[in-house]
Amino acid sequence: MIVLGIESSCDETGIAVYSSEEGLLAHALHSQIALHAEYGGVVPELASRDHIRYLIPLIKQALAQAGIKKKTLDGVAYTAGPGLIGALMSGASVARSLAWALDIPAVEVHHMEGHLLAPMLEARPPSFPFLALLVSGGHTLLADVKGIGQYALLGQSLDDAAGEAFDKTAKLLGLGYPGGPALAAAAKQGHAGYYHFPRPMVDRPGLDFSFSGLKTYALNTMMKQAEKNLAETVEHPLNAQGLTEQNVADIALAFEQAAVDTLVVKSQRALIQQHCQRLVIAGGVSANLRLREQMGQMVKKHHAELFYPAVEFCTDNGAMIALAGCLRLQAGQMQPLEIAARARWSMQALPSINQT
Amino acid sequence: MKILAIDTATEACSAALSIDNEVITRYQLAPREHSRLILKMIDRLMCEAELSLSALDALAFGQGPGAFMGIRIAAGVTQGIAYARDLPVIPVSNLMAIAEVTRKQTTAEHVLCAIDARMKEIYWAAYQYNNQGEWMEVIDECVCDPQTMIYPEHGRWTAAGTGWASYIDSMTDRLKNSNIEIETLLPACLPSAAAIARIACHNYQHGRMVNAEQAQPVYLRNNVASKPRQKTFMALLNGNTISSES
Ligand SMILES: Nc1ncnc2c1ncn2[C@@H]1O[C@H](COP(=O)(O)OP(=O)(O)O)[C@@H](O)[C@H]1O
Repeated sequence: MIVLGIESSCDETGIAVYSSEEGLLAHALHSQIALHAEYGGVVPELASRDHIRYLIPLIKQALAQAGIKKKTLDGVAYTAGPGLIGALMSGASVARSLAWALDIPAVEVHHMEGHLLAPMLEARPPSFPFLALLVSGGHTLLADVKGIGQYALLGQSLDDAAGEAFDKTAKLLGLGYPGGPALAAAAKQGHAGYYHFPRPMVDRPGLDFSFSGLKTYALNTMMKQAEKNLAETVEHPLNAQGLTEQNVADIALAFEQAAVDTLVVKSQRALIQQHCQRLVIAGGVSANLRLREQMGQMVKKHHAELFYPAVEFCTDNGAMIALAGCLRLQAGQMQPLEIAARARWSMQALPSINQT
Repeated sequence: MKILAIDTATEACSAALSIDNEVITRYQLAPREHSRLILKMIDRLMCEAELSLSALDALAFGQGPGAFMGIRIAAGVTQGIAYARDLPVIPVSNLMAIAEVTRKQTTAEHVLCAIDARMKEIYWAAYQYNNQGEWMEVIDECVCDPQTMIYPEHGRWTAAGTGWASYIDSMTDRLKNSNIEIETLLPACLPSAAAIARIACHNYQHGRMVNAEQAQPVYLRNNVASKPRQKTFMALLNGNTISSES
């Protein structure tokens, strides 16, 4: 079965062609980062306008790359939520009508399910059941995954998502948008030990997270350091926030360590609690190298295995949607003749399918 | 000639099939239901006409102006079908569609069209029907303040569209000292796929077509977000997205 996947829930237009026999055949991505950068965040209306411009050119590109004619497609999978409603609607309109006109089934895919199953694109895919830590710009959650559509939520962020905390802290530090990769890059030059950030909620039982305190802590640290710099006449140039480049790197590192430690501690707790042998990390923040490394060490201690997607499939992409859609189509699921787009959509509401 | 037209730009949702100048159509007032309805409407029309997509010569859609989400649904659906079946596309202005709906209803050939654009503005244009069966723009379509819109120099005109319903006072005020006489007022007039199909037939004969990826909405309103000035630390701590959808 060959499936076209269409992702447009936020600020990336992602298209992919996935074959149940041969795996991923092609994928194409258009990122709107530059478009939104000057606004300091995603502008929903501009995102929607950009999607409707790039969908067809990217579909053409992906099919050409895969060496596939549109008539050989067996199904279309598209992100129906959660996300920005206008952005979702752009992709959904094209996807659903394309499937209808080609006389093939369409299936709606939950964006977070796409992220969660993204490690299955790899040569060594995880088998069920597994524990999943989903860490993206909009979500932070731990789930027990028994099969496709069988997700039990174990814990989630009570405030900011992990990626959001990276982004906001990076912005405070003047590191640009999106902040996750920029902050990680800055942290590389950092020296450990100058600052110590709290590990929010690790001393409390349960598997919930809280990240909003970290950025406030970062802000306080920055202001204190800036005052000190002013009082002490440092020899290095100060940026707009009154910090040296080294200060920024050191704070970035301290933040990253705190965020990563927190994610690792909670994942470890979940692994023990659920007696699970496999841990999947997915979503934009799972691209973070420190997180991968520390999670790898932790998992090893427990004789469990760690799985994550290739870096390019950690953030939003069409490949994960094509894969998730393919699995659901193979199970016989398909959508009525309607264009579906939902800003909010609970993962637990998804139908489960029986894996053979 | 066989053309399938759709329109989801306003609170009306419609599809129409023009088969050798006979038009069959589905039309429903369904605010916020367009995404659920439009493909079913098309599917039923095709079944009713016992036509397959391969029998079509072209697709047409209401390209706007109108609700942003609505015109993107029409563009997206058109793109999907046009790309799947290699069909040419004829984009049609929704203001012009209102003129055509008005002509069908009243035989008027001079129409001042206004769609409520929210934010105290209207989408606005004036059209005149010529002897070649074609709508000519007398005033180019634009988004503007109903108190300052530009109007034709003189003549007897029919006023149509929801813009008139929302801003009747400021608009008639504006025309008070002009040489414009309003013959008929149709403030409830909405564009329709049937009107779009008729305009499209004419454009098809003149070869005015684009391909799937060029089937793009025409928003008219383009200042949809403002760039932030240097933000304070505290402002940065709150909020990550800027909301601007209308
Ligand atoms: N190397 C990294 N380290 C930390 N965070 C990262 C890294 N790469 C990406 N991110 C973060 O991942 C998020 C984007 O992930 P994505 O899965 O696309 O989120 P969403 O689907 O919720 O928009 C952003 O918050 C970004 O800063």
